[in-house]
Amino acid sequence: MDSPAVALAGLVKRYGRAVALDGLTLRAERGAVTAILGPNGAGKTSTVEICEGFRRADAGTVRVLGLDPVRDAARLRPRVGIMLQSGGVPPAARAGEWLRTVSRFHAHPLDWRALLALLGLAEHARTPYRRLSGGQQQRLSLAAAVIGRPDLIFLDEPTAGLDPQARHACWEVVRELRARGVSTVLTTHHMDEAEKLADKVVIIDRGGVVAEGSPRSLTGAERQLRFRARPGLDLEELLTALPMGSTAKESPVGHYVIEGHVGPELLGTVTAWCASEGVTADDLSVERRTLEDVFLELTGRELR
Amino acid sequence: MTAALDFTPAPGAAPLHRMVLAQAGAEVRAVLRNGEQLLLTLIIPVLVLVGFSAAPLLELPGRRVDFVAPGVLALAVMSTAFTGQAIGTGFERRYGVLKRLGATPLSRAGLLLAKTLAVIVVEALQVVVLGAVALAMGWRPHGGLLWAGALILAGTAAFSGLALLMAGTLRAEATLAAANLVYLVLLGIGGVVIPVTAFPDGLRAVTDLLPITALTGGLRSVLGGESGPPAAALLILLAWAALSLGLASRTFRWE
Repeated sequence: MDSPAVALAGLVKRYGRAVALDGLTLRAERGAVTAILGPNGAGKTSTVEICEGFRRADAGTVRVLGLDPVRDAARLRPRVGIMLQSGGVPPAARAGEWLRTVSRFHAHPLDWRALLALLGLAEHARTPYRRLSGGQQQRLSLAAAVIGRPDLIFLDEPTAGLDPQARHACWEVVRELRARGVSTVLTTHHMDEAEKLADKVVIIDRGGVVAEGSPRSLTGAERQLRFRARPGLDLEELLTALPMGSTAKESPVGHYVIEGHVGPELLGTVTAWCASEGVTADDLSVERRTLEDVFLELTGRELR
Repeated sequence: MTAALDFTPAPGAAPLHRMVLAQAGAEVRAVLRNGEQLLLTLIIPVLVLVGFSAAPLLELPGRRVDFVAPGVLALAVMSTAFTGQAIGTGFERRYGVLKRLGATPLSRAGLLLAKTLAVIVVEALQVVVLGAVALAMGWRPHGGLLWAGALILAGTAAFSGLALLMAGTLRAEATLAAANLVYLVLLGIGGVVIPVTAFPDGLRAVTDLLPITALTGGLRSVLGGESGPPAAALLILLAWAALSLGLASRTFRWE
């Protein structure tokens, strides 16, 4: 029976008097993409570095592929690929040579040239690491994480600072890995990344899990009606016309969000009400809630 | 997606020798491509060798090149095993390279083995270049090559220990400054070109126990044709090696 990719229970980590992790419990299934989502300082990197064996938790249990990342490090290292948030490569090392060196640490590595090409770095094989752009450095780091054909990869903010094209290339790699049965644990503060890639999203804040589930279950079946109109509409009055349980807010000024059982009936009611007020509702749209909304509700804070 | 890029998991560590050779190769390339490192490991030793052998800069005992060549070989060992390695490792620590390597299948023991191998390869290159220049200038070593090799290995261990002790505890910038300073001081007082016999007794009591002095004195005596093992020099170097490597293994911080 396969143990989960990652199983953390009651994790506590303090740096001096600051509490980074406060009893965090988390499970990442095999073969799935698990996204740890949270604002800066929430404990994402601490969590991942404890899983990678770089740090020890002050309390709690850590199992990665059923093993202890510190005690069983020698057995885990070949099976786990990691991508640090930054650095880790000698500045003068050429991209291709460095990836080739890392590939030689593994028994059945991917072809380093093909991997460079896949990540759009073929022309930079002879470029020293320090002369690569931030996005290119990130992609090289991703290449090194996957070159040993690991069972599990940890990606810490894999797409921070990437342009949209490079971000999509990175997502493609993660999707391909998932299709091949590789487990992925990634941290991010990009909602769209978590929504598009993850089988499971774990939202953490202040060192603990505040919500977890599939992106779909977190955002729920509820949908929103959004429109723009002149500022200061009387929403109290609008609400009296809407079904019980609906909410309406103006945020930011001139932008309105109605939540509840958004269907044809509600749509009709809102447009009729606007007409009666002599207001044109522009950019009227029906959308699902986003993880951003969920996060704001749970923590009362913006993600970034 | 090409056939070469099948991401299906197939994890496993390569055999130790392949990992060590790959890492050692990367380290040797890094040294040979680094301008400052080359200055330190080859250009300065060659200039010292040629300068002090050809020009009557100092009063030296015996034939000038026979005195200078062993001293410069010792200087070369110190520049690679101590100065170069301390600075290189200090910055690797600073840039997170050691941390990143720690997450690969290459173990810490494997990494140290690779570093040692890389140092020995660079030293072999130095010996070839400096030996050729010295021979061209009329140097005539009188046997003792095996003992010279033993002294160089013991010196490498002692200087590597000191390098790792420094790189594993100080900040990278502090290591850079200190390693260069120590190099210059030891170049001056370690018998590389200035005969230690010129020093007052009080200073000699200290300098005679330094690893550089043991290495220059030992090499000079075995390559100068003195028979018998250089016991005192070897003993001093091995004592430094045991002390520094022991301390380094306890104090080295990988991050």
